Amino acid sequence: MFTYIAKRLAIAVPTLLVLIIFSFLLMHAAPGGPFTQERALPPQVLANLEAKYGLDQPLWRQMASYIRGLISAFDFGPSFIYKDRTVNEIIAQGFPVTLTYGGISFVVAVTVGVTLGVLAAIFHNSWLDYLAVGVSIGAQVLPNFVMAPILLLTFTLWLRWLPGGGWEGGQWQYLVMPIIALSTSFMASIARITRSSMLEVLNSNHIRTARAKGLPERKVILRHALKPALLPVISYLGPTFVTMITGSVVVDIYFSTGGIGKAFVDSALNRDYAVMMGVTILVGTLTVLFNLLVDILYAWIDPKIRY
Amino acid sequence: MALLEIDDLGVSFATNDGEVNAVNGVSLALDKGETLGIVGESGSGKSQLAFSIMGLLARNGRARGSIRFAGQEILNVPASVINPIRANRIAMIFQDPMTSLNPYMRVSDQMAEVLTHHRGMGKAEAVAESARMLDAVKIPDAAGRIRLFPHEFSGGMRQRVMIAMSLLCRPELLIADEPTTALDVTVQAQIMSLLGELQSEFGMATILITHDLGVVAGFCENVIVLYGGRVMEKSPVDPLFASPSHPYTRGLLRAIPRVDHEGDTLDSIPGSPPNMTRIQEGCPFAPRCEFAIPECRQFLSPLTEFAPGRWRACNRSLEDIA
Repeated sequence: MFTYIAKRLAIAVPTLLVLIIFSFLLMHAAPGGPFTQERALPPQVLANLEAKYGLDQPLWRQMASYIRGLISAFDFGPSFIYKDRTVNEIIAQGFPVTLTYGGISFVVAVTVGVTLGVLAAIFHNSWLDYLAVGVSIGAQVLPNFVMAPILLLTFTLWLRWLPGGGWEGGQWQYLVMPIIALSTSFMASIARITRSSMLEVLNSNHIRTARAKGLPERKVILRHALKPALLPVISYLGPTFVTMITGSVVVDIYFSTGGIGKAFVDSALNRDYAVMMGVTILVGTLTVLFNLLVDILYAWIDPKIRY
Repeated sequence: MALLEIDDLGVSFATNDGEVNAVNGVSLALDKGETLGIVGESGSGKSQLAFSIMGLLARNGRARGSIRFAGQEILNVPASVINPIRANRIAMIFQDPMTSLNPYMRVSDQMAEVLTHHRGMGKAEAVAESARMLDAVKIPDAAGRIRLFPHEFSGGMRQRVMIAMSLLCRPELLIADEPTTALDVTVQAQIMSLLGELQSEFGMATILITHDLGVVAGFCENVIVLYGGRVMEKSPVDPLFASPSHPYTRGLLRAIPRVDHEGDTLDSIPGSPPNMTRIQEGCPFAPRCEFAIPECRQFLSPLTEFAPGRWRACNRSLEDIA
């Protein structure tokens, strides 16, 4: 097991390196640059700026010095747009925000989604099942950029219960709407995956054996059915967790949370190369880590999987 | 009073193709310690008959009639009535040992929970008792291997685990639903001789469901032949083999391949099992029966005792089909 984890972590290094090289090349292949403006800068100013940020160097040299800074000092470099801020600062400021509302959204989505899915499967073809499936489909087809303004209209403008945006160190009033907006569609997916996988497990032979033992239905489900039913859910949760804690541009914009989701999209539009690379590497690293975590969880649940 | 009494049992399933009638008007009685074979082709309703006794019909299944166990009605009863009986007084072994055990739990946990649940034993005591039972079904190094997961056992060994699990509470009735169908021929013989030994050791009544007449001959005192969800013939095992009284039973016996058989063709019953979506008015076997007369498609005579302990349901007399 430990050799397996070590091996996976070792493979993660070249994986991330490939990710860095590809994003670096794609980013520079896009037309324009950080200093492209509607009113063009005088050529001399532009040349000086490019020299300052090293953009006059050949591409391979830029990449090499970027990777060197990354490895030696864990330095993502300065932002090309916000002159007084480094990428490390931007991430350090935005990531805790998305981590907070994304993390809570994840817990909400998993708890509600799994409960709803399990209940729907147990009461298959009953009103509860139809309700759960209806709610899931509704929640899944309602995009969050539609959901967010509806929430704002309802809770801020009509009911005047919640502030329309901001963060304030993550007080609960500022968390409610981002969490609802972010978790709903994930909750719906989790509910549907749980339901179909639970239905399959409940029809399997070993559940019939468990019933033949005279166990009460509650024990049959909790002891025998839940674990296998959650396997497909868990493989969905790894990448989903990363998606959620790195935030959502829609949530960041509608609720002015100041999270990293908006910073990422802004950096792409502004050609802020350093911020873009920084966030890409952050998401890439988290993805690699959580996929590994999912595989470890799998081995823990399913005794047939041994590394 | 018989241990198990089934009266006019009917099982039907609501499907997209309409109502499927798997079992129609089956009645039987089983005494303490009796071994009964239920024989029939695939789709004859034999497994559904067993599931009705355990209350394990699929969601879309409906059962009618009555099943009494030790005088108590157990058909269509709430879980609070059937659960204390399941595994405790009536246990069941299933067809496919590869999928019947929970792949995510250690064998020790799966077995011990039967005892902790029904007997209120502590975990350690239950595991020790389970290991003794694994030993009784001749699993080598039972005390060590009880800690393993099902996938670490072979098919035959898994069926031994299932058998051991079913016997933990010393049930009065054991239902074995094609316990050897999914296994190699050599393993089949081992499992059947094991079941035979355990049956005489524990003395429980046993219902053996199979399509293998050879297995029935070696194991059972009495046999019921099922076709299209109906009882065709009911008889002690020896006279059934010596002089089958029903055209269907005859066809079945003729279809057993024999090493000393002259020639190279294997006898079979022409046609195929009936479509169970239509309610059968007459004899379900009539379309395939060489002795069928027009009346056979209209009605089927009820089971009649024609010799002591021997019953048949056929419109033709024994002389007619001689």
